[in-house]
Amino acid sequence: MLTLILILIPLMIAFVLLALRGGAVKRVALIASLVELALAVYVLSIFKADTSSQFSLSYDWIKSAGVQFAIGIDGISVLLVLLSTLLVPLIILSTFNHSYRNPSAFYALILMMQSALVGVFVAKDAFLFYFFFEAALIPIYFIAASWGGENRIPVTFKFFLYTIFGSLFMLLGLVYLYLQTPGSHSSLLSDFYALNLSAAQQSVLFWALFIGFAIKMPVFPFHTWQPDTYVESPTPATMLLAGIMLKMGTYGLIRIVLPIVPEGVQEWGLVAVILSVTGIVYGSIIAIQQQDMKRLVAYSSFAHVGLMAAGIFSLTLDGLQGSLIQMLAHGINVVGLFFIIEVIFSRTQTRDLSQLGGITQNSPVLSVFFIIMVLGSVALPLTNGFIGEFLLLKGVFSYNTWIGIIAGTTIIFGAVYTLRMVQKSMFGVQTTATEQFTDLNLNEILVLAPLAVFVFWIGLFPNAFLKLTEPAVAELLRTMK
Amino acid sequence: MLSIISLSLFGILNLFLGFLKSRRILLPATLVFLLIALALTAQEWNQQALYFSDMLRVNNLFVSFSAIILVTALLVVGISRNFGDDVEYTHPAEYYSIILFSITGALMMIGFENLIMLFVGVEILSVAMYVLTGTDKRSLRSNEAALKYFLMGAFATGILLFGVAMIYGATGSFKLGGIATYVQTAAQYRAVSPLLYIGLLFLFIGMLFKVSAAPFHFWTPDVYEGAPTIFTAFMSTIVKTAGFAALYKLASVAFGGAYGFWAQTLAVIAVLTLLIGNITAAYQQSFKRMMAYSSISHAGYLLLAVVAKVPDSQSAILFYSLAYSLATVSAFGVLIVVSERKPFEGSPDERYAAFNGLAKTNPLLAFVMTVSMLSLAGIPLTAGFWGKFFIFSAAVEGNLTALLVIAVLMSCVGIYYYFRVIIAMYLNPSEGDEVIVSSGFKLTLLLTTVLTLLFGLFPDLVNSFF
Repeated sequence: MLTLILILIPLMIAFVLLALRGGAVKRVALIASLVELALAVYVLSIFKADTSSQFSLSYDWIKSAGVQFAIGIDGISVLLVLLSTLLVPLIILSTFNHSYRNPSAFYALILMMQSALVGVFVAKDAFLFYFFFEAALIPIYFIAASWGGENRIPVTFKFFLYTIFGSLFMLLGLVYLYLQTPGSHSSLLSDFYALNLSAAQQSVLFWALFIGFAIKMPVFPFHTWQPDTYVESPTPATMLLAGIMLKMGTYGLIRIVLPIVPEGVQEWGLVAVILSVTGIVYGSIIAIQQQDMKRLVAYSSFAHVGLMAAGIFSLTLDGLQGSLIQMLAHGINVVGLFFIIEVIFSRTQTRDLSQLGGITQNSPVLSVFFIIMVLGSVALPLTNGFIGEFLLLKGVFSYNTWIGIIAGTTIIFGAVYTLRMVQKSMFGVQTTATEQFTDLNLNEILVLAPLAVFVFWIGLFPNAFLKLTEPAVAELLRTMK
Repeated sequence: MLSIISLSLFGILNLFLGFLKSRRILLPATLVFLLIALALTAQEWNQQALYFSDMLRVNNLFVSFSAIILVTALLVVGISRNFGDDVEYTHPAEYYSIILFSITGALMMIGFENLIMLFVGVEILSVAMYVLTGTDKRSLRSNEAALKYFLMGAFATGILLFGVAMIYGATGSFKLGGIATYVQTAAQYRAVSPLLYIGLLFLFIGMLFKVSAAPFHFWTPDVYEGAPTIFTAFMSTIVKTAGFAALYKLASVAFGGAYGFWAQTLAVIAVLTLLIGNITAAYQQSFKRMMAYSSISHAGYLLLAVVAKVPDSQSAILFYSLAYSLATVSAFGVLIVVSERKPFEGSPDERYAAFNGLAKTNPLLAFVMTVSMLSLAGIPLTAGFWGKFFIFSAAVEGNLTALLVIAVLMSCVGIYYYFRVIIAMYLNPSEGDEVIVSSGFKLTLLLTTVLTLLFGLFPDLVNSFF
């Protein structure tokens, strides 16, 4: 029941918001998301770290077709539920200094998005999963296309078509699997896991399913929609996209691709790993060249997700555990970075590194937070990024040493492009744009402080999080053998 | 069966109501007539019967498809508020009567057990459609469309009749049962008369023309564009639903034994229809013309289910027709009011640009249109998604992998052109003023939208019947 409430709270409040006007909208949205977070924390506190699916619920949805409304939280989804409930209040809070036109629609769409995201992470039925997977796309498309930058319409349109294109192939794959289930058919994921598919079937199915997730993440060479969309979207939408939505792809790999087509993964895993690692190097090199801070972080996100995908396809406990913790860590870091970029942009009207510099002289608080987020992002020990990337790299290394070495360059490249960004924007001489820079106000500190706490919390006590997921991941790997 | 008789009586009654010269009575009267017919149809649920010396079969297929047609007709009549007020429509009683008559034809096409009945049904429906297309007497476009539709349509019906004659020649029967027996036994002894194959092809060509499948689709854009929008809505939904019910019945009941012969032909036609419909639609500047090509493309998806010929095909076609009809009616409904907002070069503005900024001036209409476009595009939360889902399921079951890949690619193209409307409404600056919409009109549009969302969330409401 709790799971259902987690899906329903944001959805209900979203409809309430549509009826509200004025300043109340923001506050109601924030309160709703905080209630949601409190509930998620409660769920987390009574969550038992084992292989079972908890807080489960199942209704017949399309009885004639055997499709069920089945939801529940297990070790693989628990961190992602935390991620999507933790980030949304911060994202909403981050907009308090900015007034978006037509706020009721804006915040309602954010909450609808959250509802669908939670739905994706708790769905236990393949078609329910697909349903939420697509349902998450519609609000984010409208947010990005209505409140975005100058070039938003063609850019977001490309994003929408591209991702739909991928998920339609995923749908075909799911329909095929559904028709393979015995008897009068069922679309429960657990029934899909139990199927006995031939190697040839799995080989084709792997691509049908993989493409959908690969576009969402995105994995090289399906990433062309991503930098433009991140840059053109309003910052809250970018945060949602990079912080949470991207994880739908990596989550889908673990939840759907690995257990359903294990032989397909054996056959094509190397290709997928090579594509992912190519993305790491390619994304990093492009990030180093960027002048636009938002675009730089967009490419860095593309590089990071490549490592997550590689870790998943390494099929090791470390790789999978690392990818789960990294999904959480990356979500926190990237939201922090995008927010800081927005703060800088709102004061200077530019994100161009060549026009920035010397910000640290006027704003010590911002500098501290910026450096914390950056350190998390470049995986310095004691920060959250280190735990994730270390485990991921360990997994990739044990999969293939040479690929591991190439993937390891992510740490070096990451340091290069992020530190370059800090150096060029924060240090050096002040420019005309940054002369009048004012430090963070209370609101902005309230957004960044929790994120900073999480950077260190996960970095110092990773076991609290890793323990939650370990039994489920170990079980998943066992069933794949 | 009672619905057919009652509808034709109501049609005549409607003509007499016209003498009262009271236009206010006609619309509610027609709605009541349709509701009565719907009730009469519904009470035949789960009955099996043959009527009129075995020419008409009542079963659940008949009842369910008739229900879709009658509900669609109700919705179309619901948004027909202003013929009667406009100068062009000086004879509202006749138009309402023709609508009722045409539905009798559609119902006969669904219930036919005898090819003669099919032919009579097609003729009744088609002749009514030729007239309705040309109702805007003063518009050159409307006249041209009616003439085109009539000439091409008459030709197609001729081919259809020729096909019926040849099938009779080969099998010695007009009845579906008799033909099916012949096809099966003859196939066993490998002694199928070539006449049957030619006849079958001719018959299919006639039907494919009616549902506007490529390459028999050339009339569609011109006729859809030329006809008054309200009748475009009527024709694109009712004719397609009835046509596919009949085509499915022919393919699965009468010629099920000759599957190997027609499956490949229809598969090629389905691919052509999908490609031509979707790709041409993407290039249109006029919304109404885009809807015409999109209607061609939907015929392609429906053909997939016919070609698959699995037990689930019937419910897939049914659900798809329902979702398509609901979405199409609301799309044309919004177009009717929006096109009159600001005339373009002297005629109603039917370009995409007519929708610019509609979300600001009329948020409700924009919402109705958005749901309708999402449904046609097959995005989840809407009925259209489950329509596509069931069609794709049927096609996967029928092992039509290559067709499916094309269908998926083409749905992406579809999303492109449907979303252009949404973008125009929400993201482009407004060009016109707020449109005043009567409350009955709004209510009908809201009803279609609510139904689309409801079936999108709970497809079992329809599907649990099968």
